[in-house]
Amino acid sequence: MSASGPRIAVVTFPGSNDDRDALDALDLLGASGVPVWHAEKRLPDVAGVVLPGGFAYGDYLRCGAIARFSPAMQAVAEFAAGGGLVLGICNGFQVLCEAGLLPGTLRPNESLSFLCRDVVLRVEGADTPFTSRCTPGQRLTVPIKHGEGCWFADAELLAELEAKRQIVLRYEQNPNGSIGDVAAVCSEHGNVMGLMPHPEHAVDPLLGSTDGALILEGLIAAARAASPPLAKAAAPV
Amino acid sequence: MKATVLVRPKPGILDPQGEAVESSLRQLGFAVADARIGRVVDLEVEASDAAAARAEVERMCRQLLANPLIESYEIELQ
Repeated sequence: MSASGPRIAVVTFPGSNDDRDALDALDLLGASGVPVWHAEKRLPDVAGVVLPGGFAYGDYLRCGAIARFSPAMQAVAEFAAGGGLVLGICNGFQVLCEAGLLPGTLRPNESLSFLCRDVVLRVEGADTPFTSRCTPGQRLTVPIKHGEGCWFADAELLAELEAKRQIVLRYEQNPNGSIGDVAAVCSEHGNVMGLMPHPEHAVDPLLGSTDGALILEGLIAAARAASPPLAKAAAPV
Repeated sequence: MKATVLVRPKPGILDPQGEAVESSLRQLGFAVADARIGRVVDLEVEASDAAAARAEVERMCRQLLANPLIESYEIELQ
C-alpha cells in the first residue's frame, strides 16, 4: 500500500470477487486502496470509491437490485451526490444503474453466453475524470467477463446521453448486444462512471494489457486533486 | 391478502431467454410465433383492504420488483 497516494474505497458486497484485485491495482498505481464492507453505514475518509466486479446479494431479481439498498450504498449515493468520484466495474456498474446513479440498465447478454475475453474499446469522451489519461478515439484493450453486460436505454434516453456526452467508452465489436455499442457511461456531472470491462485486470504486462491502468490512473489523479474529498461541494449527480 | 405481481419485459425489449425458449419449442414441433419470459412474485400482504394492498404493492413494484426502463408489471389481488 502506498502511504502517500489518495485513499480510495473498494466496497465488498457478499459475492464481490474482484475487490482484492481492485485494491491491488489501486495500490500498484500509487493510490491507497481502503476496503469497505457492505454493511458499513459510513464511508471512511476517502477521495474516491470503486464498486468492484463479481456478484452482490446473489443478484436476485435483477443484477444489483438488492445491493442498491445496502448500508454502504446509501453512503456511496450521498458521496456521489456531493460530487465524489465513484467508479463501478462490471457488477459495480449494474449496482450503480439500479441505484439510479447512472442511466440505463444491464441485461443478459444477447447470446445468453457468459463472455470472458479481451475486447477493444474506443474512447468517446476523454473529458471525464476517468478518461483524462486517454485521448478521444484511443483504442484500449481490456478484458470483459460477464453474463449480463447488455446495456440498455430506450431511444429517447440514448439520444439524451449522446447529446450530453455521457457515453464514455464503446466496444469496437459489440460482444453482448449493448445498445449503441456502449461499454461505459457517466453521470451528468461526470463524477460517476460505470463500465462492464475490467480495468483492474489490465494493469500489468503479465496480464496481457496495461490499458486498464489508464482508466484507474485517471481516477487516482482526480482523487489526488480532490483530497480531501470533494464532498459537500455542490455538484449533484 | 394474497397478491400476485406479473413482471414482463416491455414490448420491443430484446428477450434472449424468450427467443431461446421459442426456438426450443419450435424444435419440439410446436407452432410458436413468439415467447417472452417474465417473472411471477406471489406475496402475502398485510393491509386493511384491497385498495390499501394494491397501493402497497404498487410501491413495491416501483421501488424494487420491476425496473420501469425495461419491465412492465401487473398486480392481481385475490
